[in-house]
Amino acid sequence: MAGTAVRGRLTWQVATAGSLTDETVAVRTIELGVADWAGHSAGQHLDVRLTADDGYVAERSYSLASAPGEPVAITVERLEDGEVSPYLTEDLRPGDEIEIRGPIGGYFVWPWQDDATSPLLLVAGGSGVVPFRSILRHRAELGAKTPARLLYSAKSLPDVIYRAELDAMHDGVEVIYTLTRQQPPGWTGHSGRVNEALLREVAWASGQQPIAYVCGPTAFVESVASGLVGLGYPPSRVKTERFGGVGGP
Amino acid sequence: MSSPISRGFHRRHRDTTADTDRVPPGQYVTTDFPVLSAGPTPHTPLDSWSFSIRRAGDTLKSWSWPELQAQSVEDVTVDIHCVTRWSKLDTRWHGVPIDTLLSQVDHDANFVLAFCDGGYTTNLPIADVTGHQAWVAFGFDGQPLQPEHGGPARLLVPHLYFWKSAKWVRGLELLAADEPGFWERYGYNNYGDPWREQRYAGD
Repeated sequence: MAGTAVRGRLTWQVATAGSLTDETVAVRTIELGVADWAGHSAGQHLDVRLTADDGYVAERSYSLASAPGEPVAITVERLEDGEVSPYLTEDLRPGDEIEIRGPIGGYFVWPWQDDATSPLLLVAGGSGVVPFRSILRHRAELGAKTPARLLYSAKSLPDVIYRAELDAMHDGVEVIYTLTRQQPPGWTGHSGRVNEALLREVAWASGQQPIAYVCGPTAFVESVASGLVGLGYPPSRVKTERFGGVGGP
Repeated sequence: MSSPISRGFHRRHRDTTADTDRVPPGQYVTTDFPVLSAGPTPHTPLDSWSFSIRRAGDTLKSWSWPELQAQSVEDVTVDIHCVTRWSKLDTRWHGVPIDTLLSQVDHDANFVLAFCDGGYTTNLPIADVTGHQAWVAFGFDGQPLQPEHGGPARLLVPHLYFWKSAKWVRGLELLAADEPGFWERYGYNNYGDPWREQRYAGD
């Protein structure tokens, strides 16, 4: 059987909000203190459950932003029309308790089948970058020499999540931004959406047996994943995660 | 354990949750049609497309695209529920009941494993794909089913979480004993009843 072993039952447990970090005006990273965490793989997600004082309950999934071995953390983007994300990004305070269960998902994970050496291509649209922080931190912790490229499409520079951390990446990690809506004066990076030409420029050649992870909104993921297949990536080496799968309003 | 109350948290989507008796626990209603897949969208030309029923690697029966269209096609309107928590009400589909296809082979299988372009699989008890509960669907909302939603054809098993409604389906493998499919091996529930909130293994 391929992949991660099926774990036992995932039970809900109380987590205590720790430090809160505003990544952008609409995005917040939340550290969660959990008594019983079995550990996670880079790229997995967890479920959050909120209960209102009238008993109303809402659940959502969020990608884990921290590497295996680090305190559990999620990074949440506030959605205008959202229900859970506005609470998590605006109302939650350190010390508040929420319920979580996880980790969840055994396919959008790195390393894949213990292969930490294939060239790694990460393509993010917006808050699709969250699982890639976990992956890149994990790569660094492992001391892996795997060459890694992160192609990150954001609306503008202030919308880039984890910018300081990404800009400081080294040891074989290249971070390539493309800004789709607004570029600062003197911007010498890429502009516009990820298209075939940009993928061709940034992606590892298929002959190098790369493995690709694509995360973002559906249209972004559709277009990037098709583009990579067009460049000769076998579909089995292109893993996708869409906001439909990790976020929701 | 009682759940901690999040002060300041409240329901915001009263308008879309009016039909609460139609929405399983933990789900919210959306009018969008979100997409969840593990990899790139395959594009198989219809002239090389077929739907097969297999057992132990042998093809018992196979239908080309025109042959499938020539079966008894039905229009069904159903609610669908994705494990990622969106539910979509009154979705309109066009397709062939699995009963129609299974009735054309001689079998005593207990389970099926749906197989798909792109390598995706999902397992289902035979009892859940018969009795007018499952279809091979190729039309959505009066239009051909779009590739990102599983076109040219997907399984439609609306009473289970939507990952059981395998996209890009190419056939069913008949099995005597159950065996887990793709997401079922990665921690998702083996059966996936949304009304019992069977999202993950052990739920």
